[in-house]
Amino acid sequence: HESIPGYISESCLVYKRASAMNDDLKEMLESNKESLKLEAMKRVVGLIAKGKNASELFPAVVKNVASKNIEVLKKLVYVYLVRYAEEQQDLALLSISTFQRALKDPNQLIRASALRVLSSIRVPIIVPIMMLAIKEAASDMSPYVRKTSAHAIQKLYSLDQDQKDLLIEVIEKLLKDKSTLVAGSVVMAFEEVCPDRIDLIHKNYRKLCNLLVDVEEWGQVVIISMLTRYARTQFTSPWKEDGVFDEHSERAFYESDEEKTRNEPEAKPYMMDPDHRLLLRNTKPLLQSRNTAVVMSVAQLYWHLAPKNEVSIVTKSLVRLLRSHREVQYIVLQNIASMSIQRKGMFEPYMKSFYVRSTDATHIKSLKLEILTSLANEANISTVLREFQTYVKSQDKEFAAGTIQAIGRCATNISEVTDTCLNGLVLLLSNRDETVVAESVVVIRKLLQTQPTQHSDIIKHMAKLFDNITVPMARASILWLMGEYCERVPKIAPDVLRKMAKSFTSEEDIVKLQTVNLAAKLYLTNSKQTKLLTQYILNLGKYDQNYDIRDRTRFIRQLIVPNDKNGALSKYAHRILLAPKPAPLLESAYKDRDRYQLGTLSHTINTKASGYLELSDWPAVAPDQSVRNVEVIEPVKIHHFIFPSTAHPTPALHQGWSWSTLSPKLQINFSGSDAESRVENSSQSSEESDESSSQSEKSSSESESDSEKKKRKTKTPLQKKTVKPTAKDGPYLSKCYQPTFCSSDLFIFSLILSVCPPVYSALSPLSLSFPLQVSGPAFVPEKSHDLLHRMTGKGLSAQYQFPRQPCLYQPTMVSVQISLTNTSDHPLEQIHIGDRSPTGLNIHCFNTVECLEPEASVTVFMGIDFNDSTQAANFQLCTKEDHFSVSIQPAVGDLFLPITMTELDFRKEQGELSYSVNYKKYHNHYLTHLVSPVPCRFAGKTASSGAVVLVTVELRESSTALITINTEKSVMGSMLLRDLKQALAQA
Amino acid sequence: MIHSLFLVNSSGDIFLEKHWKSVVSRSVCDYFFEAQERASEPENVPPVIPTPHHYLISVLRHRIYFVAVIQSEVPPLFVIEFLHRVVDTFQDYFGVCTEAAIKDNVVVVYELLEEMLDNGFPLATESNILKELIKPPTILRTVVNTITGSTNVGEQLPTGQLSVVPWRRTGVKYTNNEAYFDVVEEIDAIIDKSGSTITAEIQGVIDACVKLTGMPDLTLSFMNPRLLDDVSFHPCVRFKRWEAERILSFIPPDGNFRLLSYHVSSQNLHPLRSASLVAIPVYVKHNITFREGSSQGRFELTLGPKQTMGKGVEAVLVSSQLPRGVLNTNLNPTQGTYTFDPVTKLLSWDVGKINPQKLPSLKGSMSLQAGASKPDENPTINIQFKIQQSALSGLKVNRLDMYGEKYKPFKGIKYMTKAGKFQVRT
Repeated sequence: HESIPGYISESCLVYKRASAMNDDLKEMLESNKESLKLEAMKRVVGLIAKGKNASELFPAVVKNVASKNIEVLKKLVYVYLVRYAEEQQDLALLSISTFQRALKDPNQLIRASALRVLSSIRVPIIVPIMMLAIKEAASDMSPYVRKTSAHAIQKLYSLDQDQKDLLIEVIEKLLKDKSTLVAGSVVMAFEEVCPDRIDLIHKNYRKLCNLLVDVEEWGQVVIISMLTRYARTQFTSPWKEDGVFDEHSERAFYESDEEKTRNEPEAKPYMMDPDHRLLLRNTKPLLQSRNTAVVMSVAQLYWHLAPKNEVSIVTKSLVRLLRSHREVQYIVLQNIASMSIQRKGMFEPYMKSFYVRSTDATHIKSLKLEILTSLANEANISTVLREFQTYVKSQDKEFAAGTIQAIGRCATNISEVTDTCLNGLVLLLSNRDETVVAESVVVIRKLLQTQPTQHSDIIKHMAKLFDNITVPMARASILWLMGEYCERVPKIAPDVLRKMAKSFTSEEDIVKLQTVNLAAKLYLTNSKQTKLLTQYILNLGKYDQNYDIRDRTRFIRQLIVPNDKNGALSKYAHRILLAPKPAPLLESAYKDRDRYQLGTLSHTINTKASGYLELSDWPAVAPDQSVRNVEVIEPVKIHHFIFPSTAHPTPALHQGWSWSTLSPKLQINFSGSDAESRVENSSQSSEESDESSSQSEKSSSESESDSEKKKRKTKTPLQKKTVKPTAKDGPYLSKCYQPTFCSSDLFIFSLILSVCPPVYSALSPLSLSFPLQVSGPAFVPEKSHDLLHRMTGKGLSAQYQFPRQPCLYQPTMVSVQISLTNTSDHPLEQIHIGDRSPTGLNIHCFNTVECLEPEASVTVFMGIDFNDSTQAANFQLCTKEDHFSVSIQPAVGDLFLPITMTELDFRKEQGELSYSVNYKKYHNHYLTHLVSPVPCRFAGKTASSGAVVLVTVELRESSTALITINTEKSVMGSMLLRDLKQALAQA
Repeated sequence: MIHSLFLVNSSGDIFLEKHWKSVVSRSVCDYFFEAQERASEPENVPPVIPTPHHYLISVLRHRIYFVAVIQSEVPPLFVIEFLHRVVDTFQDYFGVCTEAAIKDNVVVVYELLEEMLDNGFPLATESNILKELIKPPTILRTVVNTITGSTNVGEQLPTGQLSVVPWRRTGVKYTNNEAYFDVVEEIDAIIDKSGSTITAEIQGVIDACVKLTGMPDLTLSFMNPRLLDDVSFHPCVRFKRWEAERILSFIPPDGNFRLLSYHVSSQNLHPLRSASLVAIPVYVKHNITFREGSSQGRFELTLGPKQTMGKGVEAVLVSSQLPRGVLNTNLNPTQGTYTFDPVTKLLSWDVGKINPQKLPSLKGSMSLQAGASKPDENPTINIQFKIQQSALSGLKVNRLDMYGEKYKPFKGIKYMTKAGKFQVRT
């Protein structure tokens, strides 16, 4: 009775101490000093980290949520809020308005962080507010905020599952997002909320594949695993055909040629869906990721999706992961263990990487052992066994025992070495360590069962060792062996039974059971010698403490000792007890792990983890492929047709992104939808070309009259799209594209995309009789260069840029746009051009600017004949009082003017031009998107001499491109090539 | 994905917890403790432990278990990789990752964890971004903070995450622009009793310390890129360029980072050398014997340089786990110092530098438990060493160029070879 009050007072004291501390903190939090508040919050966070309860302080803390002064304090308050809001729902509501306000903040980071905290507050009442905020954030300008909204979707879903439908709408919207920042997070949300809505992926499939490389690493893992599941539902198996193929080739080998030809039409060749290939191709580079999870996920993707002969490219990367941390090794080895059972060849060359080191953790060792056993074959077994010999001696006895089992498995799998293994194992029977001996006995027993005929001497040997073996399992195994093969060792077996009768009472249960078994079997085969012994043992067993043994004894007695009642069964006793027994299969524990997707948690723990999504089987027939086609948004008109067309303002040209994300087909679609380019759809073959060309003439004349209206949407398959040049109008079939590498200021060329080469050959050849037409530039770099700095110019600042328009003054000149700004505080007068430095320099000066007011600026144009060299033009820029030496340096690209020509002319010219620079093996990220089967051609001429310059970019295979430049001006050609390379490299 | 994180020290106390979703009671760790008790060594705790309602995925580093609580299917490597990233970040921030350091900086740790995961999904794991969000503690800053009462959270909102090069912080400025690259190769080998090589592999990394102003664009090329058999890159490296030209082209993160790690397998070495596998820089002559019935064992060990390309072998450290039956040792090293721990039976000999004229050796006797039988296996010898100024595979950097910035940076390359898991079976 006395102890209880003491206990209470003590706990009160603790409580008081805690509350006193909390009071302290409360006081600090309510003070006016920011530093005190901060100190208090730090301590509170410390409490949370230790898992102590600090919920009492909620009211005091929540007041600080709107703190304006320090960003830090706010963050700590958020940490607190998110931790305790669930427990203090009413009070948490006080903070909501702050976040709602912040959601409208002009700063994207503040908006994002507000949404992050708001959605982390697990208070059901605010679900509608969260929903609204998520919806708004999903259409935010900033990709970072959109990413946050994707995260918030999962949070809201776990708080209130009823919102599923609304959330799916948001997911659908975000899936369309083109930002790499968003992709990973939204796919994560998809996986959590609606993993079964595979239909949402169709339209985004190609985009996701293409974005994958640039997504952050964690997102990559999620996307890859989602795409793996997707691909298994949408594509047909690339494996079946392998089988058919093999069969076929085998047949071809044995059968006559006639039969082969007869068989051929039956075998339908397997065609991999291009989208399937796209996925495989775009994930492959990720094998080089530093993130082990990414590498693993690509490996599993290849395992589950790639044709059998391609899977092995992941081997090297998986082996590389074995260098990583212990935990990584563990998971990777598990997966390799699963893989190596099905595909030995994949890892066999790397067998040495699985050799065990004494410093490995036990579970790593046993996994390596597992893999080595799976990899063992006739060729390498001797090396493996030699390695195993070392392991058997290991001080880690658990591991040594594992090795013995592994030896057993090798022995059964590879019949050549069975005897060697058995002999080795027999040697181990005299090992000093019990576990080793016991394991050896068990394994030997299993091995003998598989081929019992010729091994009676081993059984004899084991009988000899029997007295020294103490491990029950081993003793039991030997007894079982004696019994099973008692006819082979007729003299020894009864003796062993005799010994056992002596020690029966002190044996373990498992040994007793086997003794009873042995007795029974001997009784049946050799009753003369063992009858009494058997009876004695059966009597002992009858009164054993263990009911299993009593049970067994009773059963055996009834079975073997004949009496009146059980005549029926005892007749069959011999057959029952000494029936030939099937040999045990020594199998890997990883044999059926592959029912789980590799790399998953379920695979690791070998049970279905909650939330595991089954990988479906390949469909027998591929679902509709066209669901993945993406409609193209009508492109803004980007074609400048014939000079001197009024130059379009170029901003409309910013289509760079679509270029890089569209598939080749779609690029052609572009041209098809633009009537002005005279691209005609003839859905038939070239036989009809005449007819269609006349059609196209019609359409072209129509399109000239009202080209705006005549924009046609093409619905025919693109492969059939053809281009029809007609003789009447000269140059056509050109399309100007904005190349993605807009940043480089070199692309003055129109991108001339000839769409379909096969047809033009049917047309009458065109001569190059017409003058080279100069078209408008596809792209004008906006970069301007400093001509004169305002400090050196005493207030006058000048900048120049190349508008890349044909010069109005003289065709040989390059036009230069100069913007003059007065940054001084007094007007500048008479700004004009003075002396020029190469005296022969042909400059068309701008008209003198009479007066430039302070802060005012004016744009003037001048023309310079650079004489086709990149040498700078030096001249003086003069005002009334001063003159300043300035120079204009053109890039090589500035010296060209784009021209438009037919493909035929292009070829013709190409043939005639003497100098060509080839640059092969160039590879670039953007070029891979130019996978158009048709090479891209750019045509231009130099401004001064009018020499034709032709650039061809052809994609060779998948990773190289060939750039060919044809021009008379060899210097310019090589300079252009250099710049092109550089520009592409930087793109 | 990741529900909660518990940090457990070697004595089995949870000293930090963090929850990203609803709070999971720390009693879930009981399953972990059970597994810990069952394991003979700390390393033997299985990395994935299923419990009735959760799954525990843990990593062990610096004698701290980082236990993540998972509720549903997730690639285990995803979690493991993330946990290692957390440890790396702590190490980066506090210099060491110990219980004391974490406890001292609990606020920073909490802020970091808050930024690294959102709702259990990794958000910012890039060190450059994190450092912009939360400044790492320094002594000076700690002093200032105590006086002014501020913390290490950045006052400005970071922009790195929003840029096109998310791994590099913006507005970097240095007075001395420098870029250093360390090519470090580790040799993993198992040498058998007779001194022949069972397996040997070279694993290399290029660690960089780049302190350059602005947005430099670097290219690094090799004399013999063929050597690099299997590479993995920092995300900044342009993969396609590597594929096409075998040139590393990248905009580097600011500060220290691992540019790439590679693997040189024995097949891929110089054709002349390919036959003789990887060059093994040291050899070991050993004679360790236990005699049946005697309570004494003999121990002799001599080290010598083998194929070292004319460079000296330094920082040699030999360690070996002697059999349980060994009670004590009585050895004489010709150089360096040796220790033997009678409890763990760990012998370690700090040799220092190998002098080719006078080879270091360790000789003497071991006293065995009386009456115990002779151990089955001779101990394995683990060797650590360093060779400065040379990369074992012969990899050579050709040149480093910088584009995009005008200044001339100071460039430096250092080569080093180290022993990785270098084991000699006796």
